[in-house]
Amino acid sequence: MAQSDQEILEGLAEIVNEETGVDAADVQLDKSFTEDLDIDSLSMMTIVVNAEEKFGVRIPDDDVKNLSTVGDAVKYIKDAQA
Amino acid sequence: MAGIVEGKRLLITGITMESSIAFHVARIAQEQGAEVVITSFGRVMRITQTISKRLPKTPELLELDVTEDDHLTTLADRLRAAGVDSLDGVLHSIGFAPPGAFNFLEGSWEDASIALHASAYSLKSLAVAALPLMTKGSSLVGLTFDAKFAWPVYDWMGVAKAAFESTNRYLARDLGEHGVRSNLVAAGPIRTTAAKSIPGFERFEEVWGERAPLGWDISDPVPAAQACVALMSDWFPATTGEIVHVDGGVHAMGQ
Repeated sequence: MAQSDQEILEGLAEIVNEETGVDAADVQLDKSFTEDLDIDSLSMMTIVVNAEEKFGVRIPDDDVKNLSTVGDAVKYIKDAQA
Repeated sequence: MAGIVEGKRLLITGITMESSIAFHVARIAQEQGAEVVITSFGRVMRITQTISKRLPKTPELLELDVTEDDHLTTLADRLRAAGVDSLDGVLHSIGFAPPGAFNFLEGSWEDASIALHASAYSLKSLAVAALPLMTKGSSLVGLTFDAKFAWPVYDWMGVAKAAFESTNRYLARDLGEHGVRSNLVAAGPIRTTAAKSIPGFERFEEVWGERAPLGWDISDPVPAAQACVALMSDWFPATTGEIVHVDGGVHAMGQ
């Protein structure tokens, strides 16, 4: 079932908060996972597998490296749900 | 027809992602009738927990860092508390080396010793920790990358694998009196999370398929996983201290 950008963003922010403690309100579309949110590769893997479960999509490892911002991830998930 | 590990209880370490060889060992073992308990540790546990829900049956997950004495000495009791009072098989699918270990001449002793502890000595540690629950016919299985040769980029991890293979032979000697077997599967290169963390891993990928008489698919962990399950079955009852090559035949070829 396709979700809106806002629903995906909120769901993703919740996962990021659970894994890293970063305030969900700071997880915004233009934020970089590594530079702004200071998320390392292991946390990124955790976020990806939890996002896969939550949104019912698959994000292959080779695509993860292209998701540099939160907005990239939201768009990827939305397209994968379509 | 009953599965080849029907009713067996197996402890499986090393599941990180769905691409992990250990994930497929757990999956195939469950499909073949086994009950599976898995282990993970530290921050990876959350990934393992999520990924384990993708197995046919979500297994019990215990924390086990094979370099932590506390985790090892309490393992048998924690398994019993989880309702597992005996083990028919244990999979060691664990390896770690710091980035510095992948430069042979520059690698420090600290880099090398971490690799040896986590990747070689840990086979003995895991065996001793699990031994109270292992009975006659039980099987310990580990995963190696053929350590007879010097490979590109593998460096101190290659030395750790040589120690790992030797550890397997000594375990075969010392576990024999308990009726416990110890064997390794030497898999060809597979693009797992572990492999991707090795700088220059793609240099293995290029040559393997060309040299393997059977060909080789670096994206397919299933053949290695099937061999692990087979070694944990009753179909290798007199095999121990062995290394089964699941590499498309590369180990037997000249240059």
